This record gives sequence, structure tokens and C-alpha cells, in this order.
Amino acid sequence: MHGGGDMEAEVEISAIVNGSSVRARVPVRQSLVDFLREGLELTGSHVGCEHGVCGACTVRLEGEIVRGCLILAAQIDGQSVETIEGASESGELAELQTAFHERNALQCGYCTPGVLLTAAALLRDNPAPTRGEIRAYLSGNYCRCTGYHAIVDAIETVAKARSGGASR
Amino acid sequence: MSDDPLHAILDRPNSYIGRSVPRPNARRLLQGRGNYVDDLTLPRMLHAVFVRSPYAHARIRSIDRTEAAAAPGVVAVVTGAELATYCTPWVGVLSHLEGLKSQPQYAIAVDKACWQGEAVAAVVAASRAEAEDAAERVAIEWEELPPVTDMEAALAAATPVIHDDLGDNLAWQRRFEAGDVDRAMADAAAVAEEVFHFGRHTGVTLEPRAILASYEPAEARLTVYHSCQAPHMMQNLFAKHLDLEEHNVRVICRDVGGSFGIKVHTYADEMATCALSVMLRRPVKFIADRVESFLTDIHARDHRVKARLGIAADGRILALEIDDLTGIGPYSVYPRTSGIEANQIVNLTGAPYTCPNYRAATKVVFQTKTPMCQYRAVGHPIAVTVTEALLEAAAAAIDMDPVAVRRLNLIADDAYPCQATTGLRFEKLSHHRALERLLQMMDYEGLRREQAELRQRGIYRGIGLATFVEITNPSAMFYGVGGARISAQDGCTMRLDARGSVICLTGVTEQGQGAEAVIAQVAATAVGVPIDKVRVITGDTDVTPYGGGTWASRAAGIGGEAAVQAGKALRANILEVAGIVLQAAPASLDIRAGRVVDAADGNDRIGLDEIGRIAYFRADTLPKDFQSELVATRHYVPKQYPFAFTNGVQASWLEVDPETGVVTLLKHWAVEDCGTVINPQLVDEQMRGGIVQGIGAALFEHCVYSPEGQLLNASMADYLVPMAAEMPDIEVAHVESPTGDSELGAKGAGEAGTAGAPAAVLNAINDALRPLGAKIHTQPATPERILTALGKI
Repeated sequence: MHGGGDMEAEVEISAIVNGSSVRARVPVRQSLVDFLREGLELTGSHVGCEHGVCGACTVRLEGEIVRGCLILAAQIDGQSVETIEGASESGELAELQTAFHERNALQCGYCTPGVLLTAAALLRDNPAPTRGEIRAYLSGNYCRCTGYHAIVDAIETVAKARSGGASR
Repeated sequence: MSDDPLHAILDRPNSYIGRSVPRPNARRLLQGRGNYVDDLTLPRMLHAVFVRSPYAHARIRSIDRTEAAAAPGVVAVVTGAELATYCTPWVGVLSHLEGLKSQPQYAIAVDKACWQGEAVAAVVAASRAEAEDAAERVAIEWEELPPVTDMEAALAAATPVIHDDLGDNLAWQRRFEAGDVDRAMADAAAVAEEVFHFGRHTGVTLEPRAILASYEPAEARLTVYHSCQAPHMMQNLFAKHLDLEEHNVRVICRDVGGSFGIKVHTYADEMATCALSVMLRRPVKFIADRVESFLTDIHARDHRVKARLGIAADGRILALEIDDLTGIGPYSVYPRTSGIEANQIVNLTGAPYTCPNYRAATKVVFQTKTPMCQYRAVGHPIAVTVTEALLEAAAAAIDMDPVAVRRLNLIADDAYPCQATTGLRFEKLSHHRALERLLQMMDYEGLRREQAELRQRGIYRGIGLATFVEITNPSAMFYGVGGARISAQDGCTMRLDARGSVICLTGVTEQGQGAEAVIAQVAATAVGVPIDKVRVITGDTDVTPYGGGTWASRAAGIGGEAAVQAGKALRANILEVAGIVLQAAPASLDIRAGRVVDAADGNDRIGLDEIGRIAYFRADTLPKDFQSELVATRHYVPKQYPFAFTNGVQASWLEVDPETGVVTLLKHWAVEDCGTVINPQLVDEQMRGGIVQGIGAALFEHCVYSPEGQLLNASMADYLVPMAAEMPDIEVAHVESPTGDSELGAKGAGEAGTAGAPAAVLNAINDALRPLGAKIHTQPATPERILTALGKI
């Protein structure tokens, strides 16, 4: 068989994941998040809706946040991917993680990796966001537990601390 | 506090009770190092995928699995009849809901499917992708049967009976009457009367339901990794229906990605996954996808309530009457039943107020839609919305301010203990204190002035209030009395380890609300150690004391009190050893900050690490007639009251755009009295999260069905949930009336937000619409419905 009807078709990819080079054969239909979770055992990226709405599978592709369920594993060939595991190990998320912990800006934790990567992208693009801007930027990350208020507080705290303003 | 011997634990030195301690288990989750069920892989593990009915009601004529069975990676394709030899069916009834009936439900449907999404076959394969591919090749010949979708018509003679054996589509009904409602209504200066429609909605936990069952045939042992709230309850049910010894079933709940009452029920596909593991003698994993979550997670709140409230000219509530109807799908859900929500509505409507004349009727009917059962705040949002909306409408009818009418009718703060008209016993509530605190927080008078000014400029803002009571800390009166093996009591085992740390095992479970943190705070306080010397272990039936788990806002109040008593007992046991070592009377010693001290002056005597060393490794230095016991177990169940009622009040401030029907939430306030507040931040966040779920019900969330019983919006793109951009900031404050039923004094806080928010939002919308002559009593209050109410479409 060949073409679109072949469920078994695989493709060779070579990519940088969390700073390490990865070579793998992946099914052409496999999503990036499934590859990360099942192929690389990086289970910090979560599967919530599988069609790009909830944000639980958010990862970075070439430095930009993407939905891991809307990208195919085959598409990352020759590119770099960073997940919550990598961004945690590098220490880059430490301020946000501390602020989230102190403010209890997470409950079940399932959305949290995606929220943190989204928050980091916001603060990179807009270092001093208003509460409204934080809410708008997070509008693609579903959290069923917190009601969002604490998440907004935590991100605002980090933004203010970085700009040298009084945070609390 | 010190003059209150009943709550002596609150006087411990270096207490963690009342402090916002960050959750110890949250750091892991922040680094993506959680342990959710789908993160786990076992050797030789298989994946189950279910073939589900595309029809709301259809007979299975034949199932041809030849092609599926031959597909790559497939190990088995299993029908309902085959699986029934491994798993017996169940019936979701309880004896205290007298007359409740239901049909036996199988792990996989045997003869016919009764809702769109009911599983009719399972495909088990080496990978999920292979199982999904093969599932598409299972050929089923169907005979479509007439769907029963409209609950109003479910009992009509022309409507087909879903389960012939039951005779009709009535699952349960209840009536209650007190006083003389008809006469009181006749005496009323005004009667507010409305028909309320509450949209069926669901929990949408971000982690879908998830289970991994691993059967060990050599020992007939089943280990189940389960995303669930009640591990001991599930242990019992798996053992009972799979014919295993209960002690040979181990249920492990690691991280749970949200539950809210969704993950506390028996789901046929989860039972089937366990049965498949027994049948195939290999580990089998099932993770629901999002479509399956919408079609098979329990739904809730599909209610129509006709209601009226009679008010005297001076504002006194004279009478209240409700007629409730709810459609629960084709089965009463096991083992908690689908009658509880209706029962709560009868019990809770009007509960904050003095109202001697009350009549209530409820009918619970079967339909061919997804089964309904208990979801966060069970029944409360409906009872509170009906009561509070009618009260504000009646107050408007006699031109009385909504605050004044509440001040007049709320049960007085000094009237407790007392009994409500429905027989509910209230130990100690604080409606008036809570209301006054709320008014102060929101600057009620200032907000009213602002509202009036804006109306002059054509801006329609509304203020809505909602007072409520909430059922927490249930005793055996909730489920046990009806025959369900659902534990109302909970246990805690605490052990001093050899380095002076405390290992604490509890029967309550963690789903992110902070149960482990709260138990750690209580344990550290009760024993007298720094909190970083406490490790809490939850969610493993092989290890933890027998308990109910976490639901009905019970973890802090019931699990917390068990931890108080276990901690005190361990402290006494430690001090016995210390007394021998120090040649001192144990009563003259205390434990503070992890060290034994003189109780009188706090003088340091010996560390707990040294006690551990002596007791465990140098027992030869202790007297021959003494045996140390550096472990203690205690259990607790509420005894004086069947439920610890809490109370609270919420307010919503919003703007309605009369041109678009869009509601913009501007601010939300809540004051809650959950007794002793163990961790203020965690309680606040339970309130906020609960409020936003209630806002979802009020404005967005709705399982929309076609007349054929097809769920039309079973995706997260089509089913709207609250997202960050639409939600307001939420201010929370507390009044504390500790329960005297426990030393800790804590009541539950997990559901109060969801109980009150829909009513506050609906009242605010109607307050905004009132000058336009429009009103709405249907949830969710979508822009389309608001425009319809305004006569614009």
C-alpha cells in the first residue's frame, strides 16, 4: 500500500528534544504529543482534547509555543522541541513555578505544564501585562480547577518582580 | 480559642492550622512530573477501545468481528455477552430512596444500547492506534428503536418504555409537605411564580477518565490504577462484580487530573477494562478520549422546576412550592444512584430561610441520554437558584430591596441549633454575619448608586445575591443507611520513623484540592513536628486505613479529624517512651518543633530522632516490661449531626448588552463559613474554582441533544467552558463557626462556590434586565436566550 491509506507508514525523523538529539521512526499519523509521551516517555505534556482547544499539550517548537496535538511528529524533523521537562530542568521557569506554588495557582496540575509555557511566552512578548492581557493570552488554556484568578495573580507577581515593582 | 476545650487542637503551640502553607505535592506537578494513570506503562500492557452505539436507542441484531479480529495487533474483540461471564451486572438503587428502581446494567451492553455512546463491544490490541483502527472494522447490524429524549414526555402513554421489566419510565418520585401552603399563598401580598430550566451539563475534567487494570492469575489478584475519588468503594465493587476476594483487589489512585464528582461512580467501560484484564490475564489500559468523555462521563442538572413563593406585604416569606422533574438517562448510576440530586432539591430549597409552609414534589424519569448522577454541589445550584430568584422577584413585586428581604427572612444567627421545615438539622450557621461581611466587601450601597447612574446612560448592569447552605461531612445517613458500601468514616495511621519524621496514611484522597497539604498541617500540629517532617500517603487500598475518599466536601472535616486523633495518640505514645528515657512523667512533657520539651516552660529535652533511635535500635535500654508503640491509628465519623451544614453568600456584578445579549462578568464576591479554616488559601481557591464552575452552568455549559438523542456538541470546541478571558476576579472572605462534632471543627468547602454562583449570576442578569421589562429563568443564559427574553429575536 502507499499514499494516505497506509496506517502503518512510518518516517524517520531527527530532531533536538530538550537539548538532546533524537532519531526515531514514527508513524506518519502520530501527533507530536503522542510521540513525546509514548516514544520519549516525556509524560509532562498532557492530552486533553486532541483538537487544539484545551492547551494541555502545549510545547515549544523552534522556541514558539504550539499545540502538541495539532503537530505531527513527522513535522519536527530537523527542528528543536522543548517540553515542560526541559524548561523545568533548565531553570528557566523557576520564577513562574515558585510563584504558582506560593499562590496555589494549580490544583490537579493537568493543565499546569501548558499554562506555564504559555505564561513564559506571554512574559517574553509582553513583560508588563495587565490582568486583562494575562487573561486574554491564557484564553487558549483550559483550567477546570482554579477559576483562573490565582493563575493571573501568579503571573502578575512574576511580571512585577522582574520589572522591579512591588509584587505583594 | 483557649477557653474552648472542645477545640483544644486549635491551641497547639506552633500550629499550622489557619496558615496558608503551600501544598507539598504541587512542586512535582509544576515540573511536569505528575503520575496520572496514562503516564504509566506496564509490561505486556494492552489497550482497550470501545465500539459505541451511534444511536440513542437501538437493538443489537448481530456483531461481526471477523475483520476486526484479523486486524494488526488485535488480541481480542469482546462482546457484552462474553464479558458478562466475567463481570456481573449491577443495579443502582438505595433502600432509603424508597421506590427507586433501575434496570441491571452490564459492563458492555448485551441486547440493546440505551444511549448514544454506550459501549457494545471492546477491542483490545497492542497499541491504542491499532485498537482504534480495528474498532472501525467491527460490523454491527442495528435495529433502531424509538428514542426517549424529552423528559416532559417520558411518562406519557404514547412514549415507549425503555426497560420493559420496569413497567414504566419513572425511576423515583418524592413528595414533601409541611404547613398549609395553599392558605399561605392565598394570604400573600405577592406570589412570584416561574418555570426554571436547568441545562444538562457535565464535569469536563481535563484529564479524562483513566484506568489501568492488571490481573495476576497466579494469586487471583487484581491491581487497578484508577483516576478516581473513592478507592475503597471501587475495591469493593471490582471484587463483588468480578468475583474476586476483596483483599485481593488493590486500587491505587495517584495523581488525578480533576474529578468534581465525575470520578466517583461505576462506569461500565471501567468495569469492562478490569474484566478484560481478568479474561486476558494481562494488564489492560483504557483512557477515555474527549468525545467519549462527553458521551459517557456522568451528566448532571437536567431539571425543570415549576416554583412559586408567596410573600407578605412586610416582606416575610409565607410559602414556597416546587414541582421538579429530571431526566437521568437510562440507568440510575451505581452505587450512589441518580435520585440524590432530586432528593437534595427537595431538602434544600428554601433552607436558609424561615418558611413554615413548604410543598415539594419531584419526579425522576428515564431517558435514552447519557446517565446523570452526582456532580459537584449535587442539587444545590438548582435549589439555590429557584429559592434566590423567586425571593428577589417577590421582593421586587413588593418594592423591597433584595438585601432587606434577606435580613428579614434569614434564620437568625442566634437561633441555632435548629431544624429546617424539611427536617434538616442545623448546628450553627452565620447567614447574617456572612451577609453583612459581603455587603461591606462589595460596597453594596455604592454599587447600587453606580448602577443607577449608568442606567441613565443606557448601560445595564445588575447586582445579584445568593444565600445558601451546603451539605458537607456526611455521616452514614447519606449512603450507608441505604445499603451502599460507601464509607462515611475515615481513618488515619501515623508512624514515627527512625529519624523522627512522621509518616501519615489517610483514607481521604487528593485530586488537587489540597487534601494532602491539609492532612499534613493537621498531623504536624497534632504531633508537634515541622511540616516538612511529615509525609502523607493517600490513594492505595493496600496501605491506607479504610475510608470513603474525597467527595461531598468531606476530606478536611472527616479525614482531618481522624488525623487530629491519630496525631494526638502518636504524641502520647512518643511521650511514653520519652518519659522513660528522661525519667519524667509523660504528662509533664510535650512535643514542639520535632523535639520533646518540658510542657511548662518549653525547655528542650530530647529530639524525636533520638526517640526513634532508642525505640527501634536500642530497645534493650528500655525496661523489660515496656513495649514502645510509635504508631497510632484513629478513625472518625460525624456522630451528633447527619451532615455538617455550612453557609455562605455570593454576589455577582455584571453588565448585559441589550443589543447582543452578551453578559460581561465584572466582579464576584463570596463569604463562606466552613467552620475552622485549616488553610485559608486552599479554601479560597476551592471557592474560586467552584464559583467558576457555577458560572459555567449559568452562562455557557450545556449538553445539547437533537430530538433523536444525538449529543450535538460533544467536543471542547462546541461545548463551552469558562476560559480565563471571560472570568472575573473573585473576592473571598470567611466567617468561622467550627462544628462541635469534632475537635478540629472543620466543615467542608469544596462545593459552596458551585452551589451559589449560578443563582447570583442569574439574579444579576435579571436585575440588569428588570428596567427593560425582561426576565430569564433558563440556564445557561446564552446571548440568544437573553435576546429572546428581550423580545429581540
